Amino acid sequence: MALLTIADLAAGYGGAPILNGVSLSAERGDIISLIGPSGSGKSTLLRVLMGLTPASGGQVMLDGVAVDYASKPALTALRRRMTMVFQQYNLFQNMTALANVCLAPVRALGVPEAQAEARGRELLARVGLADHLHKYPAQLSGGQQQRVAIARALAMQPDILLLDEVTSALDPERVGEVLDTVRDLAATGITMVIVSHEMAFVREISSAVVMMDAGRVIERGPPAAMFTTPAQPRTQAFMRAIIRH
Amino acid sequence: MAGADAFFTADTALFLVQALGRTLLMTLIGCSIGLALGGALAVLRGSRAPWLAPARGLAALYIETFRRLPFLVILMLVLFCVQAFAPDLALIGVATIAVTLAASAYLSEIVRAGLESVPQAQRDSAAMLGLSWLDTLRLVMLPQAWGVILPPAAAFMVMFIKDTALASQIGVVELAFAGKILVNKGVSPVLGFGAVLILYALLSWPLGRAAKALETLLENRRGAAHHR
Repeated sequence: MALLTIADLAAGYGGAPILNGVSLSAERGDIISLIGPSGSGKSTLLRVLMGLTPASGGQVMLDGVAVDYASKPALTALRRRMTMVFQQYNLFQNMTALANVCLAPVRALGVPEAQAEARGRELLARVGLADHLHKYPAQLSGGQQQRVAIARALAMQPDILLLDEVTSALDPERVGEVLDTVRDLAATGITMVIVSHEMAFVREISSAVVMMDAGRVIERGPPAAMFTTPAQPRTQAFMRAIIRH
Repeated sequence: MAGADAFFTADTALFLVQALGRTLLMTLIGCSIGLALGGALAVLRGSRAPWLAPARGLAALYIETFRRLPFLVILMLVLFCVQAFAPDLALIGVATIAVTLAASAYLSEIVRAGLESVPQAQRDSAAMLGLSWLDTLRLVMLPQAWGVILPPAAAFMVMFIKDTALASQIGVVELAFAGKILVNKGVSPVLGFGAVLILYALLSWPLGRAAKALETLLENRRGAAHHR
């Protein structure tokens, strides 16, 4: 059974739906990359999955069980299994890197403080920030903040990690360090759904690539085939436009 | 100077200190309860749960009403209500209730502006991590909102010290009224009102300083979060 199943998911109201019946599934360990033009609904899909933006139709299933986004306990249970890293990092500005990482495990999962802190230190070391534990977000570079955000998401020990354009807001020189972190993560076998415009990276890391446009899934396939011989004209046009640059 | 003998006595000093105490009491108690109540109203108005909609409407009505009424009118309203339902309450109590009503309405809007100054993305992060409503407010929102709330809240309280002079209209012998009584007793206006002026200054100056110090402390605790 698929770990994550998205069935006919819709979002947005009236004449301008943002998601228009998206269906997708991910097996445990899959790395699914969503590509497509801006405004195609990729980021909205991730927000709907997290329950940050309401769906107007369709279903999300974890291990075959439908998630009831209207129920607080169901939402809490979902957020223990799935976490997200935002494009703009969204670290808590009033807390140090370590406090950012430890907060939710202690407050939301009930992990003892000492244990959460030890794990927080370990995670921050893993993303290369062992020397920056006590710095505030404003004292860190964009790339460092994004790595703290990744450590913060991992501290929840999620089954599924959603990455929303995690390098788009970064200085070009900082992109590599964040991609290296994600690459290391991929090697651990965690399931990820990634929205990214770093095409070389997507091609290298993904187990499947999904092309989206106008709130729909246009095509899904293995990375090599999607980049070289896509079946759909919309995907072909997108790839041509990218490759020209 | 005329009336100087009547002024420099222990009785006058005690009289002025008591009046000063009443002004301080009305302001501090009224504004403290007002800040707590106003904060609760601001949080309520920022809630999204559909079942709280009627409560949000009532909170808005309360805030708009007491922000629009002149303080003197609030004083009279409270006085008449108290006379109808609790005639034994002291006048200073009446005035303190009036200060609380006015302060809660004003401070509520200040707290609301502070909470709204925290980016929505911070709330998204907290929700994504499964933090409870209370933890989000207590650990994420308020610590980031204080810097925006504190300066106007302190300014409001310092300003309101002066407005409590209106309590003299219902017979509370606070600082301004005390000055008038002294002058009526034959103390030179320069001395009587001069003393009142100095006491008002002594009251508001340390409050302003304390607010500034608290602001600086909070800024530092935020780890210089706003320059990069």
